[in-house]
Amino acid sequence: MIAARSSPRARVRPGRLALHAFLIAMVALWLFPLLWAIYTALRPISDTVKNGYFSIASSLSLDNFSSVWDQAQLPYYYLNTLIIVVPGVLLTLLVSSMLAFALTQFSWRFNLLVLMLFTAGNLLPPQVIIIPLYWLYLNIPVPIGWLSDNGLLYDQYIGIILIHVVFQAGFATFVLSNYMRTITKEITESALVDGANVLRIWWDVILPLCRPALAAMGTLLFTFMYNDFFWALILMKSGDKRPITSALNNLQGAFFTNYNLVAAGALLAAIPPILVYVALQRHFVRGLALGATKG
Amino acid sequence: MADPTTTPAAPVQAETGTGAVAAVRRRRRYSLLTRHDKLILTLMVGIPLALDLILIWAPAVASVGISFTNWSGIGPITSDNFVGVRNYQVLFGSYIFFRPALAHNLIWLAFLTIIATPFGMFLAVLLDREMRGTRIYQSIFFLPVVLALVVVGFIWELQYAPQEGFINNALGLTRGGHIIDWLGNPRINLYAALVAASWRHVGYIMVLYLAGLKSVDPTLREAAAIDGANQRQTFFRVVFPVMAPINVIIVVVTIIESLRAFDIAYIINRGKNGLELLSTLITNNSISEASLVGFGSAIAVVLLVISLVPIILYLSRVMRNMTA
Repeated sequence: MIAARSSPRARVRPGRLALHAFLIAMVALWLFPLLWAIYTALRPISDTVKNGYFSIASSLSLDNFSSVWDQAQLPYYYLNTLIIVVPGVLLTLLVSSMLAFALTQFSWRFNLLVLMLFTAGNLLPPQVIIIPLYWLYLNIPVPIGWLSDNGLLYDQYIGIILIHVVFQAGFATFVLSNYMRTITKEITESALVDGANVLRIWWDVILPLCRPALAAMGTLLFTFMYNDFFWALILMKSGDKRPITSALNNLQGAFFTNYNLVAAGALLAAIPPILVYVALQRHFVRGLALGATKG
Repeated sequence: MADPTTTPAAPVQAETGTGAVAAVRRRRRYSLLTRHDKLILTLMVGIPLALDLILIWAPAVASVGISFTNWSGIGPITSDNFVGVRNYQVLFGSYIFFRPALAHNLIWLAFLTIIATPFGMFLAVLLDREMRGTRIYQSIFFLPVVLALVVVGFIWELQYAPQEGFINNALGLTRGGHIIDWLGNPRINLYAALVAASWRHVGYIMVLYLAGLKSVDPTLREAAAIDGANQRQTFFRVVFPVMAPINVIIVVVTIIESLRAFDIAYIINRGKNGLELLSTLITNNSISEASLVGFGSAIAVVLLVISLVPIILYLSRVMRNMTA
C-alpha cells in the first residue's frame, strides 16, 4: 500500500487498495478461530468462570498449557506419534522411490496398471476397506516380539505404520514418478553400461536427483501421518499406544466443560505440524503442486 | 512379472528369444540388466504391490462378498451366513439412516463445490500476481490445512458452544435466552460442520489452483492484454480454458474429499443426530458400536461404487497426461 513510494509518479490505484482491503478482511476472518483458541487457552479457568468466555481477560498465563501437558500425559502421546510417524515417513519414501524408479526408468508391461492400482487405492475413502482390514489386523499373526507385543497387527505401532506406508505410498509414488519421468532414462542406461547394478543406480544416481521432490513429499507425509485420526481410532484399542490426535479425542470427554484446557490441548497438538509448515513451507506447497500438476 | 528392459522407445516383446539375428542384436543392445538386477527390480515392485493388494484391494473386494452375509465379524463365514441381497433391501428400504446419510454426503459435496472450492479458486486468482504481501496472505489461508481435523473440530467448538461459544455471545443470543445449539440442532449442525471443513478446504484448493495458474504460459496473458482484453476477460476467455486439466482435478479432489468426510462429524457427535454420513454409518454399524458386519459392508459397497466414479475420472485424466 505504500508502493507509491517506490516510483514517485505512480499513484496508489484504487483497485489495488480495494483488493488489499478485501484480503486483509478475509485473512482476519481466517485467523480469528485460531486466535480465539489461543486467547481462550491463555485465560485461567477462574477468570472465565467468573466473567464468561466472551469477556476481557483479567489475566493471562500459560498455566492451562502446563496442566494439560501433565494431566493428559501429552509427552507420552507425542512420543507415540513420533514412533509411528518417523518410520512411517522414511519407509514410505523408500518404498515409493523404489516403485517410482522401477516404473519410470524401465519399460515394464504392467507399468501403468501398477501405478493406477496404487494411486486409486490412495483415493478410496478408508472406511470402504476398514471392515475386512480390521479382521485382517485381528488375524494376521506377527510372531516377532519387538514388533508386536500381542502377536497381531491390531493395537500395535507396526500395524498403524504399515497401513500408513501402504496407503500413502499410492500418493507418494504417483508424485515421485511424475518427478522421475522428467529425468532422462539415458542416465540409468549409461550407468548400467558402466556396470552399476540397479540398487546402486537407485540410491546413488536417481535419489540424489530427486532430493527436492523427496523433501516435498517428506514434509507432506509427515503432516498426513501426524494428523491421521481414523486408522488409529479403529485399528487401536483405546489404549496406551494411541497417537496424539486420537488421544485428544479422549481429552474432550475428560475435560468436558473446561474449554480452556481443551483449547490448550488442541493447540499443543497442533504445534509440531505448524512448526514444520513454517520451516518448510516451500517444500510443503511444492509437494501439493507436484501432485496436482505435472512436474 | 514383466521384462524390465531399458528400451526407451519400442517395447521389447521377445527378449528371451533365441537364435534370430535380430534378437541377438537386440539382446546385445538392451540386456544391460543382469539376472540380479531383474530380481531386485521385481522385488522393488513386487513387495509393495503385494502389500497394496492384500491391505487395500483385497479388503475392497472382500467388502462386496461380506455384504451378502449376516456375518457378525467373529468366527468363520459359512453358507448359513449367506443372506443374498437382504442387506441391500434393508439399506434401501427400511433403514432410516441411509437416506439422510446419503443426502448429507450430497449436501457436503454441494456446499464444497458451490461455495468452498470456487472461493479457494477465487483467492488463488486474486493472489496470483505481483503484489505486496501475497506470500503472507497465502500462508495464512493455507495454515488450517496443516492442522489435524481433530484440532479443527476443537477450535470450532470454541466458536459454536451454546453458552460459552463466541458466535452466540457475539450475536447477543446468550442474554436473550435464544441460544442456538449450532452443533446439537440436527437441522443446522451439518452446515456448522461444513463451515469448519471449508475453513480447511479453501486453503487446500487455493494452493492447488495457484500451482495450476503458475503453469499457464505467460505469453498467453500478454497476447490477450495486447489484444485489449481486460483482466476478467483474460481470465475467463484465456486462462480458465487452458486450465481445463487442473479444473477437472480440482472438481475430482472436491468430490473425493466429500466422500471421505468423517473426522469432523465423528469428533462433534460420532456422526449422529444430523451428522450421519456414509462413512460414519459404516464404522458405527460394524466396528464402533454394533457388529452388523454384513450390513456395514453393504454401506461400504455403496460408498465404494460411488467413489469409483471420481477415481476413474481422475485416473483417466492424469494417466492420459502420463502416456502422452
